[in-house]
Amino acid sequence: MKFKPRHTFLLLSSLFLLYSFSIYLHPLRVADDNRYDKELASEGRLVWQKYNCQSCHQFYGLGGYLGPDLTNFMSKPGRGEPFLKAMVNSGIKQMPAFSLTDVEIHELAEFLKATDASGSADPRSFKANNFGMIEHNEHEKN
Amino acid sequence: MRKINFGNLFLVTAIVMLLSGLVFGVLAAIIYIAPDFLKNSLGFISLRPLHVSSALLWIFLGATGSVYNGIRIVTKKEVSNPVAFTQWLLWMIAIIGIFTSYFTHQFGGREYWEFNPVWALPIAIAWILFFINFYKHIYKVRNWPVYMWMWFTGLVFFFFSFSENYLWLFPVIREHFVTDMTIQWKVNGSLVGAWNQLIYGTAFFLMDRISGTKDVGKNNLAFAMYFLGLFNLMFNWGHHIYTLPTENYIRYIGYAVSMTEWIFFAKIIYNWKKSVSDIQKHYHYFPYRFLMASDIWVFINIGQASLLSIPAINIYTHGTHITVAHAMGTTIGINSMILLAACFEFLKPELYRTAKPSRSINFAFWMLQISLVILFLSLNIAGFKKGIWQLTEEQSSYSVMMQSLQPYFISFLIAGIGLMISFSIFAGKLLKQARKSILLSHIN
Repeated sequence: MKFKPRHTFLLLSSLFLLYSFSIYLHPLRVADDNRYDKELASEGRLVWQKYNCQSCHQFYGLGGYLGPDLTNFMSKPGRGEPFLKAMVNSGIKQMPAFSLTDVEIHELAEFLKATDASGSADPRSFKANNFGMIEHNEHEKN
Repeated sequence: MRKINFGNLFLVTAIVMLLSGLVFGVLAAIIYIAPDFLKNSLGFISLRPLHVSSALLWIFLGATGSVYNGIRIVTKKEVSNPVAFTQWLLWMIAIIGIFTSYFTHQFGGREYWEFNPVWALPIAIAWILFFINFYKHIYKVRNWPVYMWMWFTGLVFFFFSFSENYLWLFPVIREHFVTDMTIQWKVNGSLVGAWNQLIYGTAFFLMDRISGTKDVGKNNLAFAMYFLGLFNLMFNWGHHIYTLPTENYIRYIGYAVSMTEWIFFAKIIYNWKKSVSDIQKHYHYFPYRFLMASDIWVFINIGQASLLSIPAINIYTHGTHITVAHAMGTTIGINSMILLAACFEFLKPELYRTAKPSRSINFAFWMLQISLVILFLSLNIAGFKKGIWQLTEEQSSYSVMMQSLQPYFISFLIAGIGLMISFSIFAGKLLKQARKSILLSHIN
């Protein structure tokens, strides 16, 4: 039988679509987390983008490389919304002072609560299993 | 009225974007060493997207120009019509909008696409027009060589992933942080795979032309490698998010599929002897010189990427400058080398087919390679040090750790300046004949 690239292309594309949709539908499979307000967190994500915080900061090691990872910012000792407000409004080192409104600060804080609630991004809390995959206790949270 | 070679128009526009990316990249790198540099004007928040978007535009527009030149040569028909012009005009509108947004701090998009989503619309429409034009020209060609499959794949999957990139506009996605991040990095992984298909397709096309055998793009091994690349485009992106608490099957699929990249690595080693003999044969043919360089950078980057895709190793490097080294190593060492080969082949064919390259251009070539090696090593060492810091029990503060990386950021900046100078020499040579290469179209 003659090899037809078209058939392989269509087969792989169909599998890719199935895989993609299984991911899009993931929100239907998870329960709501009451540690944060998901609508405010969703608005906070937009605040994060509006001020391009991702240019310097990361979540789970993904993002910019100039500033620290902020996944678990809210649960660090002494941190919280007032600290966030002070930091954002005054700036530090390469970070300029931003002028966020109180509403924006509150939404951003709620978004950071959501990232914090998702798990720990600290590489020290992972260990490799027999397959070379890394495992994390925090996965149970999601 | 004289005809326009739209392929070359896109290539010339791409070169302008390359120059812009270099300038903004060097300015952004200065901030790593001098924190107050441009802090209260553009700042890193504008310079980084200006650099990244310019670099991506160099790749997208360069790939578009290469594909248009390719189909012009394969079909022996000019791609000179209102569709291509409208496509170019839409890109111009998007570029002006994106750059204005960055200069005025009007963000709102995701990493790598930080502009307001409204500017994604002209890009999406331009891409649809590109697909229509591409398909209109090649639908009568029978038994597509592999590079045509790669171009087709790049076109389709770029559009799919680019659209998927805006799923965050729906609150239901944004409300689920982990799903949102999973989709974001699915998009980033697949988009890279899509533009690699466009650019590697161009490399196959150029090899076919240079070798003169016309069989590079038709053998079974070429197709096997193409499908392996496609398979990775679709399923390997999970290796970006091993630490994200997403579902396990996504992480394991990413891991397993990424391990198939060792096949590419093995193939390069298997073909090593032939590659060396080809290098000796075609060394003085300038477009080939860039393809040769890209082969070496593919070897280095695939080797590194395959190691980084092992989660137990990835945990040491993830979130560090080693990832930046990999990203810059591939976009400069592979994508840009292939695009420069295409630029020299399509924009200045009469000069480089016959004559040996001048001393200045030889100098620029080696300066580029050496600068890239220094940049790659600087970032890798900085990343390695950050990786150790990340896993240390009693950590110093973040700013102390960043301060300790200063020597590597200085060598990174010097290498960046070296890259800017060498790329500018090439750009100057290519742009000198820009008008002629756009207006005079030869089918050869």
